[in-house]
Amino acid sequence: MSPRLRGILFRIAQAIPVVIGVVIIGFVLTRALPGDPAVYFAGAAADATSIAEIRKTLGLDLPLPQQFLIYVGDLLRGDFGQSISTGQPVIADLASRLPASLELTLVALLLSCAIAIPLGVMAATRPGSLIDHACRVLVTAGVSLPTFFTGVVLIYIFYYLLGIAPSPLGRLDFIYIEPDRITGFYLIDSALAGDGETFLAALRQLVLPAITLALFTLAPIARMTRAAMLGALSADFVRTARAAGLTGRTVRYTYAFRNALLPVVTTLGMVFSFTLGANVLVEKVFAWPGIGSYAVEALVVSDYAAVQGFVLAMAFLFVALNLLIDVTYTLIDPRIGFEAS
Amino acid sequence: MTLTRRELLKIGGGGVLGAGILPFLRVLPAAAATDDVIVGVHGQTINSLDIHRTGTNRPSYQVAVNCYDRLVSFGTMTTPDGGLSYDYSKIEPELAESWTISDDGLTMTFKLNPKAIFQDGSKVTAADVKWSFDRAVSAGGFPTVQMKAGGLVRPDQFTAVDDETFVITLDRSSKLTLPDLAVPVPYILNSRIAMANATAEDPWAMEYVHKNTIGSGAYKVVRWDPGQQLVYERNDAWTGGPLPGIKRLVLREVPSQATRRALITRGDAQLSFNIPNKDAKELSGDVKVFSTPIENSIYVVGVNHKFEPFQDPDVRKALAYAIPYEEIFQAAAYGRGNPMWGGSADIDSIDWPRKSPYSTNMDKAREHLEKSAFAKGFEVPFSISLSQTDWMEPTALLIQESLAKLGIKSEIDKIPGANWRTASLVEKRLPLHLEGFGGWLNYPCYYFFWAYKDGHLFNSSNYRNEEIETLVDETLHLAVDHPDYAPKVKRMFEIAFEDLPRIPLWQPALNVATNGATGYEYWFHRQLDARKLAKG
Repeated sequence: MSPRLRGILFRIAQAIPVVIGVVIIGFVLTRALPGDPAVYFAGAAADATSIAEIRKTLGLDLPLPQQFLIYVGDLLRGDFGQSISTGQPVIADLASRLPASLELTLVALLLSCAIAIPLGVMAATRPGSLIDHACRVLVTAGVSLPTFFTGVVLIYIFYYLLGIAPSPLGRLDFIYIEPDRITGFYLIDSALAGDGETFLAALRQLVLPAITLALFTLAPIARMTRAAMLGALSADFVRTARAAGLTGRTVRYTYAFRNALLPVVTTLGMVFSFTLGANVLVEKVFAWPGIGSYAVEALVVSDYAAVQGFVLAMAFLFVALNLLIDVTYTLIDPRIGFEAS
Repeated sequence: MTLTRRELLKIGGGGVLGAGILPFLRVLPAAAATDDVIVGVHGQTINSLDIHRTGTNRPSYQVAVNCYDRLVSFGTMTTPDGGLSYDYSKIEPELAESWTISDDGLTMTFKLNPKAIFQDGSKVTAADVKWSFDRAVSAGGFPTVQMKAGGLVRPDQFTAVDDETFVITLDRSSKLTLPDLAVPVPYILNSRIAMANATAEDPWAMEYVHKNTIGSGAYKVVRWDPGQQLVYERNDAWTGGPLPGIKRLVLREVPSQATRRALITRGDAQLSFNIPNKDAKELSGDVKVFSTPIENSIYVVGVNHKFEPFQDPDVRKALAYAIPYEEIFQAAAYGRGNPMWGGSADIDSIDWPRKSPYSTNMDKAREHLEKSAFAKGFEVPFSISLSQTDWMEPTALLIQESLAKLGIKSEIDKIPGANWRTASLVEKRLPLHLEGFGGWLNYPCYYFFWAYKDGHLFNSSNYRNEEIETLVDETLHLAVDHPDYAPKVKRMFEIAFEDLPRIPLWQPALNVATNGATGYEYWFHRQLDARKLAKG
């Protein structure tokens, strides 16, 4: 077994206690929420008997430890429970909503990186120049405009006034049928099915929300690229490289940029996880059926199974993400070890 | 409910969604503009197709209305603003062709329409009705409570005499029974399909009906993506009334108000259901807006009798005179609905909701407070629900400001939505709060039954008055034209306005905007009844 593979397996093993902890904390915290789901879901004209009946149906009349055991038993069988607010199994909700959020977040981040990284590099190589100031203005504007505001403004201009954006009605306009599910990402699924029509439709729906999110995530990435690049450019090895007569281009990209990438990747990981959970407002404005708005709605009505499922899914995602970032480190900088030591 | 793209194109009848027009649609995505499809938007989520299921939320009740029939329905009338409303005074046939009620009022015999068929083509029989009623009274929770309101409690009250004759036996005669058969709950399911999908743990096929519509109604649900959309398609073999004017209704969930407003103004959606009062005021003119005052519903200030200062009648009257009604009506309701203050002290009719005899008068408020044991004022938390801040917050702030002038200090206490029902209605522990009950069955005695009787759910003020207890019991089942009814109801009004456990503010309105759709009809259940919709 190669040291890297062993390292990865060790990291996965390390994640097990984290997941167990998340299961327990998720369970306890949802129970600590104010509100009584039995009363809430008993409906408008429920009396004490019907509330009691519903409490029994939901299994909420049992003592907490017993409820926990049932919950863990179900989890081990792969059953995340039934969401009462959507009426669907939590696993089905997550399976349809997580890809929606991931697709939006990934496209937004790609867009954001495509702008922010070159911008940061250019700003760092010419500090104090016009492009540096432009970078600062864009970054400040991006981070200071709340996403729901940017979203509503974009809808107002491009949909309401100009009429060039499609109706902000979620992932696909209603006249299109979602592509056969393979990955849950509409862009990928429709491309795999060779359905150019649906691909374009899905892309069009994505543009405005992705720009909204990209504007917001631009700031940390551009700032971090600029700072890391500045640090790398003033480092000893760059001076040595210059003294050795290497061209400016080789110095900048082969030596400085590669070294500057580490903090950028770290920031990217953080921005990604933050965005995935925090783009509720963008989801609401664009009627995007994502995971953030799902979790918030479930929280509001104390829908225990849905909240627990969300927390757990996020935990798994973060474990995977951290692993991915650590592996990326070793690819960028071979000095960073990944051994199980 | 799986549907491939190909199948949907096929059932697109008349080539509505035919592949041939897709390139055109790509240029004009607004082309819901095909003749017989309406796109509706709303901000809520539909969580089940079965109203009998535990946890089915209010927006889902519309599926029961649109996809199923009941034995009887209400008539239709025109509202003053030119819209349509259901007519509580007229009971009309739906699945039942005719019905008779025995002289003692205890036996109701329904003759089913022999032509009525379910959406799978099989005949609707009395056995289906019996099975569906048995299900409603056995399911527990909301459907069972609603059935009980009409005196329908046990399966042995329902008999299928032959295929087309269904008999209900009542324990007591009540005016509530027949209208209770026209609410969404007692809908008729195809018992054959249901039983084929029932299991030992699930004898009422809750799982199957949750995801499939098996009724005889005007529409069927052909697609349901929870959290995204519901697609209704017309049932061309419907016998319960005139066929809907559209082939299909696509109902999209759009959580953001601003987005819904943009969609309806641009005409990409033809109907926006339940829009905020503010939008209703600002949009009327650009698009058609229907604001229908909700029957038998009042927004009130709840004054809890468990809280010591409120046990003093003068304190309660001081409160009623101190409320800035008109400002609240403009700031919180944007003038939509009906004022419920400044009425005459003389109770001359049994119309309900009725304007209270109080209006803003700070001098009278001070006078009453001075007479009480709390002349110097007191402190009280003023509770509102975080999920109803749209009207509760401005209302509470204006009342808080006004009470401060009397020396009554109140702190606004915002309670999360999930906890609100428990705190206000179940535990009834909020001293001063806002409440907005509305009764489905449109009788004053029914309102009093829920909101003024001791221990009843919407009596969030812990109010108890022996005379009210007796009067409600006596009038609840009494026919409205009985000579005793009117005097007793008037007496209830008098006591309610004297004792003031609930201080009426205004009667709220349900606002719906249309842009390219006609035939919207208001119903007491406050959900979208799509059966009369048409393009135009």
